[in-house]
Order: sequence, then structure tokens, then C-alpha cells
Amino acid sequence: MSAHLSYGRVNLNILREAARKELREFLDKCGGSKAIVWDEYLTGPFGLIAQYSLLKEHEVEKMFTLKGGRLPAADVKNIIFFVRPRLELMDIIAENVISEDKMHSPRDFHMLFVPRRSMLCEQRLKEQGVLGSFINIDEYILDLIPYDGDLLSMESEGAFRECYLESDQTSLYHTAKGLMTLQALYGTIPQIFGKGECARHVANMMLRMKREFAGSQTQILPVFDSLLLLDRNVDLLTPLATQLTYEGLIDEVYGITNGYVKLPPEKFSAQKKQGEAGKDLPTEPKKMQLNSAEELYAEIRDKNFNGVGAALSKKAKIISAAFEERHSAKTVGEIKQFVSQLPHMQAARSSLANHTSIAELIKDITIRRLLILCNRGKWIFSLSLSLSLSDTASEAFFDNLTVEQEFMTGVDTDKVNTYIEDCIAQKDPLIKILRLVCMQSVCNNGLKQKLLDYYKREILQTYGYEHMLTLNNLEKTGLLKPQTSTRNNYPTIRKTLKLWMEDANEQNPNDISYVYSGYAPLSIRLTQVLARPGWRSIEEVLKMLPGPHFEERQQLPAGLHKKRQQGENRTTLVFFLGGVTYAEIAALRFLSQMEDGGTEYIIATTKLINGTSWIKSLMDRPEAQAS
Amino acid sequence: MAFITANWNPLGEAFYRKIELYEMGWSLRDGLKDCLVAAAPYGGPIGDARPQLEIYSSSGTNMASFPWKSGPVRQLGWTVCDDLLCIQEDGTVLIYDLFGAFKRHFSMGNEVVQNQMLEAKVFHSPYGTGVAIVTGASRFTLATNIDDLKLRRLPEVPGLQGAPSCWAVLTQDRQTKVLLANGADLYILDNTSCTPVTPPGLSPQACSIVNMAVSFSYKYLALFTDSGHLWMGSANLKDKLSEVDTKVRTPPKQMVWCRRPKSQQPSVVIMWDRLLLVAGERQHKYTLDEESVCVAELDGVRIVGGSRHELLQEVPSACQDIFKIASMAPGALLLEAHKEYDKSSQKADEYLREIKEQSVLGEAVRQCVEAAGYEHEPETQKTLLRAASFGKCFLSNYPPEPFVSMCRDLKVLNAVRDYTVGIPLTHTQYKQMTVQVLIDRLVYRKLYPLAIEICRYLKTPEYQGVSRVLKHWACAFCQTGVNFLDDMGPIMSGENQTLHSTVRTSYQRSMVTYLKNEMNRGDFFMTLRNQPVALSLYRQFCKHQEQDTLKDLFNQDDDHQELGNFYVKASYKEKKLEARLSLLQSAVDEYNKAKNEFAAKATEEEMKLLRFQRRLDEEKGEALLGLSLQETLHALLTSNFHKQAEQLYRDFRVPDKRYWWLKLTALAEKDDWEEMEKFAKSKKSPIGYLPFVEVCVKQHNKYEAKKYVSKVTPEQKVKAHLAIGDLEGAAEAAIDRRSEGEISTVLSRCSPTTDRALLERLNRARSTASKK
Repeated sequence: MSAHLSYGRVNLNILREAARKELREFLDKCGGSKAIVWDEYLTGPFGLIAQYSLLKEHEVEKMFTLKGGRLPAADVKNIIFFVRPRLELMDIIAENVISEDKMHSPRDFHMLFVPRRSMLCEQRLKEQGVLGSFINIDEYILDLIPYDGDLLSMESEGAFRECYLESDQTSLYHTAKGLMTLQALYGTIPQIFGKGECARHVANMMLRMKREFAGSQTQILPVFDSLLLLDRNVDLLTPLATQLTYEGLIDEVYGITNGYVKLPPEKFSAQKKQGEAGKDLPTEPKKMQLNSAEELYAEIRDKNFNGVGAALSKKAKIISAAFEERHSAKTVGEIKQFVSQLPHMQAARSSLANHTSIAELIKDITIRRLLILCNRGKWIFSLSLSLSLSDTASEAFFDNLTVEQEFMTGVDTDKVNTYIEDCIAQKDPLIKILRLVCMQSVCNNGLKQKLLDYYKREILQTYGYEHMLTLNNLEKTGLLKPQTSTRNNYPTIRKTLKLWMEDANEQNPNDISYVYSGYAPLSIRLTQVLARPGWRSIEEVLKMLPGPHFEERQQLPAGLHKKRQQGENRTTLVFFLGGVTYAEIAALRFLSQMEDGGTEYIIATTKLINGTSWIKSLMDRPEAQAS
Repeated sequence: MAFITANWNPLGEAFYRKIELYEMGWSLRDGLKDCLVAAAPYGGPIGDARPQLEIYSSSGTNMASFPWKSGPVRQLGWTVCDDLLCIQEDGTVLIYDLFGAFKRHFSMGNEVVQNQMLEAKVFHSPYGTGVAIVTGASRFTLATNIDDLKLRRLPEVPGLQGAPSCWAVLTQDRQTKVLLANGADLYILDNTSCTPVTPPGLSPQACSIVNMAVSFSYKYLALFTDSGHLWMGSANLKDKLSEVDTKVRTPPKQMVWCRRPKSQQPSVVIMWDRLLLVAGERQHKYTLDEESVCVAELDGVRIVGGSRHELLQEVPSACQDIFKIASMAPGALLLEAHKEYDKSSQKADEYLREIKEQSVLGEAVRQCVEAAGYEHEPETQKTLLRAASFGKCFLSNYPPEPFVSMCRDLKVLNAVRDYTVGIPLTHTQYKQMTVQVLIDRLVYRKLYPLAIEICRYLKTPEYQGVSRVLKHWACAFCQTGVNFLDDMGPIMSGENQTLHSTVRTSYQRSMVTYLKNEMNRGDFFMTLRNQPVALSLYRQFCKHQEQDTLKDLFNQDDDHQELGNFYVKASYKEKKLEARLSLLQSAVDEYNKAKNEFAAKATEEEMKLLRFQRRLDEEKGEALLGLSLQETLHALLTSNFHKQAEQLYRDFRVPDKRYWWLKLTALAEKDDWEEMEKFAKSKKSPIGYLPFVEVCVKQHNKYEAKKYVSKVTPEQKVKAHLAIGDLEGAAEAAIDRRSEGEISTVLSRCSPTTDRALLERLNRARSTASKK
């Protein structure tokens, strides 16, 4: 279940094991049979740490979702609430506990706060008169959750909003704590680089925590050579752009949560067994786990979508060739060998079928140039150049992409954009509009007051005046802003950092710009330049970007200095404060794999985001609308 | 090691030992002579009142000292939470903290004021700390818990003149009683009655009981008579344990129980001027070379003298087993084995084999671990623990828990026993008092860094441990109350170096909450203003908890922009339209003050729209309220309220383009093709005619769509033809325009089987276009 975590440069399974141990310890504290009541948000992240089997080994017999009223009947000794420290959840728990008392079978109550206890919450329970009913109240510090062999996330959905909009630095504290835990397991990180206010803050906290823990130095040979802390607001542009890698597109179109994606079932119906085929179409969305444990997915997820078709077809040929081998198998030995490989081949085949279906789904709404047809019976792929004429969805996608690319290359960013105007007039989804307007603003270093007011007025009149608060939030975070100086420094940044590459090669990339078919993510360029030739070469540009940039060194205990073998790569942990997109991750993996790169990257973040989920987290929904 | 039993003295079955805890750090001119001394149990502090009141730690470090200016103090005592009680002649009790700061005072009642106090005792019970007083009128007054003061006057004792010869306070059956002796008579005084009692088997030679002692647990009682007999029995006077003739007839200065829990031996320590006697079934005498005070503890007696501080206790059986000369107990053998192992001698194996043959290795390890807990010398502790760890290697499934937790406990104990801290706790006491209480005591002594270290070391959940300590620290900070702003600044913004990282956000949050409840609002807001981090946290808190406070906060700051937002938000929660409009009006006013013209105007527009919608809903029975302007227009257009739509369009200065889009879609949705054609001809379309084509196609009406294809601009011709599925037309247009891209687009729509001719034509055109 977790083997894929240990294959990378850094064995992240150690972190997962540490988290599992702590969970077991808590469960054993509540002796006897138990039922867990889940804050639904937590089930995803927890699933990455421990499956039901682990819970079951520790006498967890039932699981419920937290909701008001009376708890479902269960013949267990303990009821354990796994919750985030949120006041509204405390009220629900209080309701559960109070209605429980009326029954006569007494059950013990316990509470596990994730990731931190909160005094306010306990105060609230006290006010409701139920605090005394809890035998154990504990916290489960789940800061960094391993998502894949090279990826850690805190999955703290509000981190960007809290840091940049509400000046609440709680999540930065958790970040620093998480990094301390990481250093306890993987050794002190000798070099820390950073860019941005929040990065500075996290580094300061880390250094101070280290000073205070002086004496309890870990005697572990450092696994990471350096840490790079990057504020999301240093690069507001990248998440606004539509991701064009396979994984990025899946996330843009269907949304990946906690490593799972839910897909419309229609395309998957044919995969049922022969007998069942055609009986009835499944109506439940198909849920699939996406990580490097699946060989094919690991191969194609970071490819530009335009390169996915070819990869799938190549794979199909390999698989059908492998299946063909059964005809050439003559001797018993050969047949035996063939049979022994069957399970693996069948898994590969079903994996291929799944991804072909996903690619088709995405293709339907996105790329019209490439069409992969799959004849499932014969496993033959062919490329075709026909497309149904009424395919307006892909048309819209294409137009949207064109406008994005215009903005990113600096075309007419100071004028009213007719595509945006038309989209507003046709009342396209608000988030799409906001992404585009913000992008224009970012690429123009702010919009002229008149233009900004025009867009805002259009949005308010079309989508409702209540969105004024959302617009206000976007302005506060700098995503949308009036132009203060006449000088637009975006072109300078773009040119110096080579953010736009005309000849991006989508099939066989030679530069990170392939992930956005031309646009090289600013954040990743900064990372790339840092590794070689170093930030000193781009001082001017760094000054244009918000927040300080810095370098710190952490003393290593004597004897732990790493002696690098010749040709051995450096390992850098890149921490994105405020979120990272799958395309950025793909770009970093691309850099890791470059033969002369010299650096391998492990990625950590407060939250895996895409433009839509990011903008959504900044929206203010008046209660009237929410209901 | 060989001398570990040097200070052991046999007493009946058991051994007693006297361990030196500290050499006292105080410099007292006459030792403890003529001092009024009180020392708190559990290794607590020592108070001393002469003309000067002094407070010392157990190691004699001065913690406070100041001249006594109030009335004469007759008795000192410590509360369960380390406050010092000074009881004056008139029954006034003054309470000081450890550092000599006056906390409060209370009186033991008018009767005491009139008749003056003769004697007083401070006692501890499950209800807290109590005070008992006997007055000049021979009456007892009792307060069971000084924190919840209820004075009880006990009934009169028949025939008692002046003070009784001796007395003690007992807690029995959840009642606090006084046991007193008047000559040879013994009485129990409770709330309502005075009952004469007789201890079973008390030596008849006695004419008077001159001293009595109740054990730490209130379970046992010891009586000392003028005949020199010591009677020991249960505190309920039902059983006698033993009686000893001490042969000393002088009334003792002090008498305390010295018994460790679960011990079979009753024993009492009796102190005279120069003599200390441990009396159980037998007796052992120590001479005293200085004036001393005995302090009863759970598992022994501490003897505080002018230069030394010692602990007298029964040697625990685990230690006896291991260290008793020639002991063959498993633990003793294991210790021997490990010693030999250290010397690399093969004897180690012999000893081990002997233990293993009896299969008592587990027991041996257990004994060593347990004994380590009872030893004060870190070296001895280490030796025992090493032996235990050595033995553990030969056991396959010995649970590690006891060993690990003993190591932890000892590390903590050694830290607090340190001279500079001066809390000489034994392991038994530590387990009884719990870590929580120990942390409290450290906090009370302002030893914050040590308290935090211990919490971290023991992995106490942050909330009960580190955060709690910090909270106290911060409170202490506030209480000193000097310059609040100057002091709080560094804490909140976290620039205090030593404590910074522990001063974390959630802690700041609790600080903020704390301050909020302690300070008046105005001061509180002013304080916050200078602390951006704290302020934003408080805003978050208010957003969830106290909306109105949020408003006050913005008001205080003259933050009109946020106030405007606040009203806007509030308006969405309001169901009644009038109230909603008035909230929005407030928002407009605030936005104007904030010079945010755009927001003010937009909000005014919103109000205008709401009024318009209400009017129309009333007049025409529409349900428009709450729709956006766009939705309203759309609704009007689809319901044929063209006039009203026009009016809105003008009033709200809707851009032409958007209005055209709107009207176009609305007409298409209604299938009102006639009106659409009229609309298209009304004037030149600001959005061009491609949208007309597309909207018609979207409504599956290609016939209507075709009407507009000719009006489309040349650049959009290809798209328009493609939209209606007219490949030929599209090809024509593309070739006309000689645009390579457009030709390719058309090509991509052609099927190689049905459109062969067209394909060829296009391919040819493309090659010429590209040559150009």
C-alpha cells in the first residue's frame, strides 16, 4: 500500500511509519472496542497514513461520519472523535454527547484533535457542559503527509488565505514544526534558502526552534542538502494558468483530492467482465487512486497531454506484444514463465484501459488536435484527425488557452479583453472569469484603475453584488490590483527568467516550459536558477518580486558532514508556502531527471492546488448564498 | 557501593536510614534556635518568622525576606499550593506567596479576637488547607478550607481550662475532628459533640498524655505519656499496634510518624533537645547536634537543622533485598553479575546462570529498577539501572515500560532535587503528587524554563504541558503590571529570544483571550493596536465568535473599508428588505469615508436594484428579488417586459455589448426568431453577427443561423460556416482569405472519405498560402 513512498531518493515511508506509530499509541490508550466518529475532511489525509486494517487491529469496530443528533448504536466501549479544531464541529460533538447520556449503556468518550488542540474548542465544549465527559483529549500532529515518493503536503486548505489575507500565521507555525519533525527523521538540513515574507518567517521559526532544542541534536546523516522556501505570492501567475500535463489536466477538469479522482462512469462501463457488459451502466462515479505505485501512471502523469497519446499507444503495443508471446511459448517452461507474468500483464492492461478512458474524457473537453481511438478488442491505437463539429467545449477550452498565452506573452494586457467580456456576457463560471482577470492583472503589474473598475462592475452586475467582498479579497492578496506605477516589470521578469519559450517541445521536452506548452513556471525557474548558476545572477529580478530573499546555514554536528561521491546529485527540498500545482511538480520532476541537472527535488507544500481551488479559497461567500 | 549500608540501622525486622539531602545554604547566626519555623511537605519550602520573615527553599536558598510589621505571629503553616499562612494572636491569618508577596488575609472570627489565640494548627485534607485554633476561652474554631472559608465553632470541652495538654486535627469519615488530651482524658470533638474516648491498652501508669501525632494519611495515631510510654494504634482508637517504653519522661519537642506506605512496621520519630528517637517495636537513638525541625512526609521524616537537611526513612524492601549484607535475592545476584561483567570476569556467567536456574531473572530486573527509584545518589541509580538493563538482555519478552519510565522519572527527580531548585522529592512522593502538580510547583517558583524542559522531556501533551506553563508565565507577567505595553510587546510579536518559539500562535491566541477577559475593552483594543499579529488573530476570533466586537474593533481603528465590508456581510444575513437596505446604506457611508468610490457606488447600485426588484415583484408578481442585474434583465426579457429591461439597461449603464448578448440569448431561448431578426436589424450589432449564428446553432436552429452568416465579418466567416456545418462555405472563405491557419482548421474537419475533392482543393490552397 505504501511501497511507492520508499522508492524515491528519500524514503518518505519513514515519515509515514512515524505517523502510524503515534496513531497506534493513541488508539491503545483507549482500551477495548472502539468506534471512530470522523470529521469527514480528515478521512482523506488519514487514508494516506493508515488503512482500515490498521484501525481494525486496534479494535476499531465501527466508523461513523460526524453529524448532529444522536450517535448511531454500536456495541463498543469507546467512542473516539477524530476532528479538526473547529468551533462548529464542537457544537455537533456536544449534541452527540448530550443525546448519548440519555441512553443507559455508558460509552467512554475520547477526542483526538488533528493537527493541534485548541483552547477555544475546549472552552466551547466546557460551555456546552460536555468537556468533563471526555476521558482522553489528545492531539495528533499530522503536519506533513506523504503523498508520493517525492511529495509531501499538509493539506491545509486555508493556508494561503490565512497567511496572505488574514495575517494568521498559524499554518506557518505548523510548517516550521513539520520541518522540524522532518529534520528529526532525516537529519539537519545544512542550507536554507528562501524568497518571500512567509518564507523568512518560517526560516526564523525553524532557526529559533533549533536553538532551543540545542543539546538534543539528532545524530543522523543529513539526507537533504538544502531547503528552499518559496512564498506563493512570489509567483501568483503560475496557478492561474491552465495546467497542461496529464495529471495537471485531470486535476483541472475533475479535481484530485487526497490522491483520488472521481470520474464520470460512462467511459468505464465497457471494462466490466464480458457477461456483465451492457447490462446496466454504472451510475456511481468511478473513484481511482493516482500515484506512482501504478507504473503506467508514473510514466505518463508528468507528460504534456499532447505527448500522452503516443505514450499510451507505445505501451499498448508492448502489452499486446507481450500477450502475443503466448503463441510462441512452446515448452512447458516457457508457458510457465508466461503464466507467472500474467498477473503483472493483466494489471498493466487494466491500467492502460483506465488511462485511455481518462485521456479520452479529457480530450473531449480539451485538445482537439489529437484524438486517440482505442479499439479495445484488438488493442490497436490510431490517431485520427476528425472531430465532431458541435464540440463547443473543446473550442472554449482552446480559446481560453489562447487568451492565457496572450497574457503570458504580454499581448494587449492593458486593454479590455473581448474574450473575457464575451465570457462574462454569457455568464461563464465566475471562477474562470476571475482566473483570467487576475492573470491579466498579474501580467500587467496591475490594471489601470478605469479598466479594473470596468471588469469589477461587469462582474458585480452579472454575478451579483455580493461578490464585492471576493473582489476585495483578491485585491488584498495582490492578485488583482490597480496599477500604481506606469512601469510594468513583468516583461523584464519574463525575459530575464525566460518564462516564455516559443519552441516548447511537448513530446520530447528539453525545458520545463513544456508543462504549460510554452510558459515556464516562475517558481520553478527560481528553483532552477538557484541550483545553477545561483541567485546572484538574477538579483535585479529578485528585487522586483515581493518579499526578501535569503540564505541561512545550519551548523551540523561534527562528523555528520556529508562527503559527496563524484557525480552524486544534491537533494533539495522545495517547500511551497501557500500551495503548489501538479504542473509545477511535474516541472520539478523533469529537472530531477535531467541528466546533467545535478539536483534531485523533493516537494512539500501546505496544499496541492489548482487555479480553481485556489481562487475558491479566496472567495467570500455570504451566508445567504451558502444556504 | 560497599558503604551503601553504612547509614542503615536495624529496627526490628526493618532497617532505617538517614540520608543527607542538602547542606543548608542559609547563614543563620543561631541555627534554628528561637525561630518559629514551618516547612511544607513534599519537599516544599521553609518559612521562618522572627522579627524578620524569611522564606527559603529546602536547600536553604533565600526566596524572600522582609521585616514583619503586623501583629505578633503565633503560628506559621503552608497551604497545599505553597502559600504561607501567618496566624496572628487575634486570629488574623495573612497569606503570602512563595516570594513574600502579600496575597490576602482573613479572620478566624470575633471569638478569637476577644479571647486571643492560644495555639493554632494548619492541616491538610482532601478539602484543601485548613486552620484550627484554640482560644483563651478553651474553645476550638475550625476552618476546613481556607479558600472557601466557613468557620465552625466546636462544642465546649467539659473541664478544660486554658489550652489542652496536646491536640491534633483528624479527618475521618469525611469529617474534620479535633482529638485532644486534657491530662489523662482523651476527647474527640466534632461539629456537634464532645465524646470521651479511651485508647485500648494504654499503659495505666500514665497520668497525662503530653504529645500526640497523627500519621500523614490520618490512619494512625501515636500518644506519648508523662510516664515515657509511646502508644501506637489506629486513629479511630479501635486497635493498638504496639507500645514502647522510651524511658524518657521529658515531654518531647516534636513527634511525627515515620512510616512508608505498605510497611508492616509502625514507627514514630520523637525529638527532644539533643535526642532523636525512632521508635517502632524497638528503638534507635540518634543524637542531634543542632536545633532541628521534623517534617512528616508520606514515606519518612525530613529533619531540617541549622546546617543540614536530612531524610530519615525505613529502607524500602527492594533496597534491603539488594544491598543487605550477603543477600541472595535475585536483584542482588544480578547486580553482582553485572559488576563481574564490567570487570570482564567469567563469574558474571556463574551469577547469571544461578538466577536463570531459579527462573527469577525477571524478578531480579524488577528489583533493580525499583530499588533505583529509592536511591538518591545518581551513581547508585545508574549502577542499578545498568544492572537491570544488563539482565533485560537475557529476557525475551520483558516489557520495556517500567524501565523506561523509571529512567525518565529519575531524570526529572534528579533535576528538581538539584540544589538550585531545592525540591527533595522521593520517588514515592513524586508518584503520589503527579507530574502535573510538580509542574505547578515549578511554575509557582517561577522556574519556567525547567518546567518547560520537563514537559518536553516527558512528552506531556503540549496543551497540558508547555502551553500551560507559558500561560502562567504570561499571567505572571501581566500581574507584575509594570508597563504593560512594553512587556507584552515582545511576547506577542514574539521577539523575546529565550521563549520565542514556544510563544506560538495558538498560544498567542490564548493570551489574547486571556487579556480580553482581564482588561477593559478600550485598553484591550489599544493594546492590540500595536501588535499586528495579535490583532489579526483577535479579528479571526471575533469573526467566528463575536461579530459585534469585530465592529467595535474596526470602529476603534477608523477602518472604514472593513466596516463597510462588515455591513455588507451583515446585510446578507438579514431577511427583511428594509433592514437589509439600511445596512447597505451604512456600508455606503463607510465606503465613502474610506474614499472607496467604487465600492460606495456599487453598493448604491445594489440598493437601487433591490428596490427595483421589489417594486416589480409587487406590481407584476415576478420573483426577482435577490437575482443579479444580469439575471434580472434576463428574466425580464424572457417574460416580455422589454420596457422595464430597457429601463434597467439605461439606469445601470449596462454596456451595449453585454446587453446585446443578453437579449440575443433570451430571444433564442424563447425561440422568438422574429424578434431576433428585428433586433439584428435595429442597429449595427456591437458584438458582430457571429454570436447570432452560434446562439441559433446552440438552440438547434441552423435555418435561422444561416440568415446571419452573410453578415459576419470576413475574419469570422470560416468559423460561422463551420458552426452551421457548411464545409464548402468554410473552405471557400478560408481560401479567399489565403490564411494557412484557417485552411488547416477546415482541413481538420474534413473526412478523408466523403470530402475528398474538398480536401484536395484545400491542400493545394494551403501550399500556395504557405509559399507566399
